Amino acid sequence: MSDLVEPAIGRSKTSFINDPKVRSIGLQLIALVLVVFLGWMFVDNARQNLAAQKIATGFGFLDNTAGFGISQTLVPYSETSTYGRAFLVGLLNTLLVAVVGIFFATIIGFFVGIGRLSKNFVVRLLSTIYVEVIRNLPPLFQILFWYLAVLSAMPSPRQSINLLGEVFISNRGIIVPRPVFEAGTGYVLWSFGAALLVVIVLHYWSRERRAETGRGLPMLPIGLGLMILVPFIAMAITGFPISLERPELKGFNFVGGVRVIPEFVALTVALATYTGAFIAENVRAGIQSVSHGQTEAAHSLGLRNGHTLRLVVIPQAMRVIIPPLTSQYLNLTKNSSLAVGIGYPDLVAVFAGTTLNQTGQAIEIIAITMGVYLVLSIITSVIMNVYNKRVALVER
Amino acid sequence: MMKRLLSTLALAGACGLAAFGAQAQTKPAKLDQIKAKGFIQCGVSQGLPGFSTPDDKGNWTGLDVDFCRAVAAAVFGDVTKVKFTPLSAKDRFTALQSGDIDVLSRNTTWTISRDTSLGLNFTGVTYYDGQGFMIRKDKKVTSAMELSGASVCTQTGTTTEQNLADFFRANNMTYEVIAFATNDEVVKAYDAGRCDVLTTDRSGLAGERLKLTNPDDHIVLPEIISKEPLGPVVAHGDDQWFDIVKWVLFAQLTAEELGVTSKNVDEQLKSSANPEVKRLLGTEGKFGEGMGIGNDWGYQIVKTVGNYGEMYDRNVGPDTPLKLARGVNALWNKGGLQYAPPIR
Amino acid sequence: MSMTFDDGTFIRSELVTPLPPPIRNVGIIGWMRENLFSSVLNTLLTLFGLALLVLIVPPMVRFALIDAVWTGENREACLDPGVGACWPFIRAKFAQLIYGFYPIEERWRPNIVFAAGAILLVPLLVPSWPMKRLNALLFFVVYPIIAFILLTGGNIDASSFLFQRFGLIQPITGDASLAGVNIAFWADFVLTALVAAALVGGIIGLIGGNALSAGRAVLLAFAGFGVLVLAWDIDFGLRPVETRQWGGLLVTLVIAVTGIVASLPLGILLALGRRSQMPIVRLLSIVFIEFWRGVPLITVLFFATYMLPLFLPQGANPDGLLRALVGVALFSAAYMAEVVRGGLQAIPKGQYEGAMAVGLTWGQMMRLIVLPQALTLVIPGIVNSFISLFKDTTLVLIVSIFDFLGQLRASFTDPNWATPVTLYTGFAFAGIVYFLFCFGMSRYSLFVERRLNTSHRH
Repeated sequence: MSDLVEPAIGRSKTSFINDPKVRSIGLQLIALVLVVFLGWMFVDNARQNLAAQKIATGFGFLDNTAGFGISQTLVPYSETSTYGRAFLVGLLNTLLVAVVGIFFATIIGFFVGIGRLSKNFVVRLLSTIYVEVIRNLPPLFQILFWYLAVLSAMPSPRQSINLLGEVFISNRGIIVPRPVFEAGTGYVLWSFGAALLVVIVLHYWSRERRAETGRGLPMLPIGLGLMILVPFIAMAITGFPISLERPELKGFNFVGGVRVIPEFVALTVALATYTGAFIAENVRAGIQSVSHGQTEAAHSLGLRNGHTLRLVVIPQAMRVIIPPLTSQYLNLTKNSSLAVGIGYPDLVAVFAGTTLNQTGQAIEIIAITMGVYLVLSIITSVIMNVYNKRVALVER
Repeated sequence: MMKRLLSTLALAGACGLAAFGAQAQTKPAKLDQIKAKGFIQCGVSQGLPGFSTPDDKGNWTGLDVDFCRAVAAAVFGDVTKVKFTPLSAKDRFTALQSGDIDVLSRNTTWTISRDTSLGLNFTGVTYYDGQGFMIRKDKKVTSAMELSGASVCTQTGTTTEQNLADFFRANNMTYEVIAFATNDEVVKAYDAGRCDVLTTDRSGLAGERLKLTNPDDHIVLPEIISKEPLGPVVAHGDDQWFDIVKWVLFAQLTAEELGVTSKNVDEQLKSSANPEVKRLLGTEGKFGEGMGIGNDWGYQIVKTVGNYGEMYDRNVGPDTPLKLARGVNALWNKGGLQYAPPIR
Repeated sequence: MSMTFDDGTFIRSELVTPLPPPIRNVGIIGWMRENLFSSVLNTLLTLFGLALLVLIVPPMVRFALIDAVWTGENREACLDPGVGACWPFIRAKFAQLIYGFYPIEERWRPNIVFAAGAILLVPLLVPSWPMKRLNALLFFVVYPIIAFILLTGGNIDASSFLFQRFGLIQPITGDASLAGVNIAFWADFVLTALVAAALVGGIIGLIGGNALSAGRAVLLAFAGFGVLVLAWDIDFGLRPVETRQWGGLLVTLVIAVTGIVASLPLGILLALGRRSQMPIVRLLSIVFIEFWRGVPLITVLFFATYMLPLFLPQGANPDGLLRALVGVALFSAAYMAEVVRGGLQAIPKGQYEGAMAVGLTWGQMMRLIVLPQALTLVIPGIVNSFISLFKDTTLVLIVSIFDFLGQLRASFTDPNWATPVTLYTGFAFAGIVYFLFCFGMSRYSLFVERRLNTSHRH
């Protein structure tokens, strides 16, 4: 009987501290205790400091009147609005810059990235110079450059550069006519929607037909034609309900029209070109990762250069491009906070800047600001991850 | 067994020692902290001619700077025992709240919200100012009432921004505001033509104008749209320090009122029979002691920095590039607003 | 009977000499046809590109060199219409752009720091140079300590450690000091070290570990920290220079180098934590990394400038630059962690298993087997994060620290140099400086990458 009892090897000789499981639990406990202690210390210190300096706490300030003006507002805002409203204005301005910047950065990135692999020496040279110069200069430097150097070269509103008689460029920004919608606009929009629907249906039908018979419809001219012609006819029938409000120079500035403020232009241009240079490198790496055999095979099937690139190379390259592209989009969004350097009213400038200064509630405001960027980061990652899943290689 | 016992003892000993040590300590008074570190940390602007501006070598000059020197003279009897922290309008209160600086002397407007809810105490008014507008001469504008539709450059986090909003709203005028984080950015953007108008305190306008490419192309409009009493600020919670900073300015004003200047102060110290002068210079009464500093504090201030009038003339007065007349900043008995409670 | 063809009448005895290829397909013309004008689109692109080059390059050269003003004392020199770059402006502001307001008579100190940094860095970057370990030790440990002493003047006046906070030591030792070193502090320090060693040793001993070795480890850690503090505490007779007086390129480099030196060990720890088997440690690491990577550096700097002081005990007011440094270090540590993690993931599992099979502990395995390989692999990644850190240092100007760009922008408002070309001159100069630094580093990173690639190819 006794020889069946398992001798307690190890237990008697080594202490339980050398048991990896115990060790790991102990280490984790220590880490946790340290973090909790640090957190508690911070909170406690903050409480004491705030009490000592009589700084108000809580989020009640969001309902107070802001009392300052903002130069670009996407939602109605005036000096009598609340800080909460100012937060919203700042957030929307940040999102606007991010979305427009991402749009242009992607276009620039793809063109320059393909350009860097072009057989054309001049194109290759220009793309390389562009990428190397832009990537190696700090973004804030570029923003300040676009703002200060380019702005001071712009004429005053009275001498503005006039494009097509409708668009005015001056040191007050770019002013374009504003479309005015009158009664009947609804029909035009509906007709446009209908045209779009038809085009989509046609597109799928044409694709199927091509798969079966090898012959599809020339979708580009048909689609464009439909989408322009149908709304135009609708407009003609309803008596052209959409007119343009032309900007006019009155007093100091242009009145009427839509004005794109120079801060926005400078920031968007700087961010789009800066991020575009990085995207170009990602695109180049992605295209180079597609084996040359794919291109050769496509050529031997008789696909033209453009088709090879669009139908064979890029779809495969996308798998390599997407993950770094995501982080470039995130970088652009985060870099949009540099707006504070040139007075563009983004989230950081309006909220973590003016509002923080007027209310003094540093903890709440910086926490909210950081939280917003974190949420934006997470949303962007999630969207891009979903897209990445869709283009990812489906393996058996 | 022995080992375990020893370990227990060591542990218990350590815990006991730590517990013994964990007795509450009180926060030392600001004045003691300052005396211990040997200098006063003073928050000033990042460069506003006449008020606080560094030269190429980092030597600071200006009215706000001189006031800090006066405080150092009162506390240490030595004007060099002060260090300057350049702060943007945005950073200034947090720097004070966090204790980064001991006194903020940075053309800061005294308002109720700053005084009461930011944990600050304004100690007085070193310069009575008002907000004004600067505009290019070739715009042919003569009054602020003609500014409807203008683009206005201003610094963020200032009362200016709110006054501006109030002014345009009250007069039913439209405007576009472009707010920058620092003064330099505001000036640069105005110079580049981004905006028609630059607004800040009129004393500031006089200073900023000098930074423009062609200062003579710009004029300051006559309207004053706000009251801007600019003064030094200390943090809430230390009354002794608050008193000292407050009375340094009063001493300077009293000195001007009594005609005591940095040039004649030694003579006055020896020969003056005026009891007010004697109290100011510390030969009568022990007012310095009451504040925890030397009784000759008044003498030190006047001797090294001078009285208020000297400080004003040296930095912003008619003989300086700023060319600001005394105006409302004259003493109360000369038609101005500057008035000090008696030293007695 | 067979027919022969060798009657020599219709068979050529030698090959036809090949004709030269058509002139259009060889040489420079052929190359141009092939590469520049192969299609309509391509031709258009070429012409467009050439036009762009002509539009950009000659005006830039004219501005920077041909039309530039080279001498002058103030703005008068650069006021003529049509002049190019105003280089005297840069000359006048040069010292400020490099040192900020660092006292003129003390500028030999940053000079030594610059020189020492270059001398230590160059051999570290040349892969074939010997004594990498010593060199790395000098650069990453000794150099920062000495640079700190030189730049600030040392003598940090350490006055209270743990027990003195409760007023326990000073009554016994008094205010005695030796070469600027406060005796009370060191008595306090030694006492604290002993207490901590006893505490840790006691706990470890109680639960059955090796109390002596644990205590010794704690004492060693304290000793290391003590040497550091002692070096900073001794009065070398250097005049203290406040960080507020620093500026220009000095601040840019201080932030970038401190950021990278501090973020490397922190990043390694975080990367190990993220790949750890322990769920809590892994979670904490992931949260930390993703938090800092998810927010812009500006908000981090705002956090460090405005919020950090509120989180510290009353009266603790770390220096403005130090706060920014803490923010930058935490921020770049998160990025560094991801770079290092990439390296760790690239190490084949066999390496781990082999290390464990020969009986190495986890610490030994990481220190001797995994990290040396992983870190070598990620050198290009580290250099790249250094480049982005270097570019990101510009953001400190938003929290009123005057780095190179901040100092430049401040110099734009000097009335003595207010000319129409001042702005462009300043941007041109700063652009060249930033470009040289970043481009140089990126070339280096490419060079290392290529070298690593060949060594791993089988």
